[in-house]
Amino acid sequence: MENTTERGTDRVKRGLAEMLKGGVIMDVVNAEQAKIAEEAGAVSVMALERVPADIRAEGGVARMADPGKVQEIIDAVSIPVMAKARIGHFVEARVLESLGVDYIDESEVLTPVDEFHVDKRSFTVPFVNGAKDLGEALRRIGEGAAMIRTKGEPGTGNVVEAVRHMRMMNSQIRSLTTLDPEELMNAAKELRAPIDLVREVAETGKLPVVNFAAGGIATPSDAALMMQLGCDGIFVGSGIFKSGDPAVRARAIVEATTYYQDAAKIAEVSRGLGEAMVGINIDTIPAEERMQDRGN
Amino acid sequence: MRVGALALQGDFREHLAAVARLDQEGVEVRTPEELATVDALIIPGGESTTIGRLATIYGLMGAIRKRVETGMPVLGTCAGMIFLASGTTGPEQPQLGVLDVIVERNAFGRQVDSFEADLRVEGLDAPMRAVFIRAPWIEKVGGAVDVLASVEDPGGGGIHPVVVRQDRILATSFHPELTHDDRLHSMLIDLAEEH
Repeated sequence: MENTTERGTDRVKRGLAEMLKGGVIMDVVNAEQAKIAEEAGAVSVMALERVPADIRAEGGVARMADPGKVQEIIDAVSIPVMAKARIGHFVEARVLESLGVDYIDESEVLTPVDEFHVDKRSFTVPFVNGAKDLGEALRRIGEGAAMIRTKGEPGTGNVVEAVRHMRMMNSQIRSLTTLDPEELMNAAKELRAPIDLVREVAETGKLPVVNFAAGGIATPSDAALMMQLGCDGIFVGSGIFKSGDPAVRARAIVEATTYYQDAAKIAEVSRGLGEAMVGINIDTIPAEERMQDRGN
Repeated sequence: MRVGALALQGDFREHLAAVARLDQEGVEVRTPEELATVDALIIPGGESTTIGRLATIYGLMGAIRKRVETGMPVLGTCAGMIFLASGTTGPEQPQLGVLDVIVERNAFGRQVDSFEADLRVEGLDAPMRAVFIRAPWIEKVGGAVDVLASVEDPGGGGIHPVVVRQDRILATSFHPELTHDDRLHSMLIDLAEEH
């Protein structure tokens, strides 16, 4: 029989994101946190040097995590491990791929190095990218992203921007499905998105890849809100390990993500969680410090 | 017929889409009450540790085990296969133990080693396009288990079973729900009709 085996196809890359659906991906900075996350029911962990809230507080250039640290996290858990590379930094991405990371987040949480994003099609490892709206999501998918997440405003514990981005995406998708074929080229021009992807979304009424919520999720209710708005799953960055009792809060967010339509269960898991992370109001953040405006 | 998909986490919607293409009623199952209403169950791909933990907390382990032991047909894919199995080669995790096999998790390697390939499955006339994502393989097969397909590890780890059947339990290492090839789902529905 001829050899029909292929690695790194769109189906294989997008497929891993399909398996993460309905789950919670948690930011961790060391092996100990990774084990707490896995034990709590996380579907994946995101390895990074500092959580977004600390990056925001400390300032300076935020880069890919130390490979030794990433390796330590890979060795600690059996669930998939993601890691962040700077926008446009294809060498950081190659380094993470060589370590065996399962997904790369080309992330606005880190300091961008280029006005162009990485050509993700040339990698075997899949990428997830952030998006504020449909055009941005389709540009990233056009570059090869196999998964999308809302950008939200990371490290704030304030879910308002993630809600805004999800609503924008939903409304733009809905309106594409109402257009005649003759109108789609103009829609692609306005969205600044590839026409073939615009046609696909107009036809199917959904993104061609999985879409998670990220940026500011801090409570079980936040997670359930994003699920009810139509997200496929949840990223929690600073919300867990910046809270009073990370293990308990992590478990509660996992359960609220599964039972997102059951208010009584969400009430039950939300009892006595201890301190949530201290939040930041978006309008107190100077425009140049808003991470969501990095990479467009 | 009502076919349930365990909807704790994973790609259960893709399974229910296959059920709908076969003109059967699909149901998301998150509670023992919902489980009681279905004639067959699909356990989807996802993370087996997450699914196992939620199933334990919400009283589904015993409920599913009892239904399977009294003849309800079940199809498990990837994480679903791990969840059905009697053990893994790694640390202990919640498993139903109704399928007499030992699985090796993430056996083919990490995501960069994930692959798709044509696979011949016993009982199907043409090969399936099989998508293996951080997939498990079967390390040890019990006496009552039939191996319906095996695959050669592209990473050089040898040939291992990836589709098995034990009475009314079907399990695959790969994801038939991702390729719109509904022949294994069809097999599950046939088993439920016989039952």
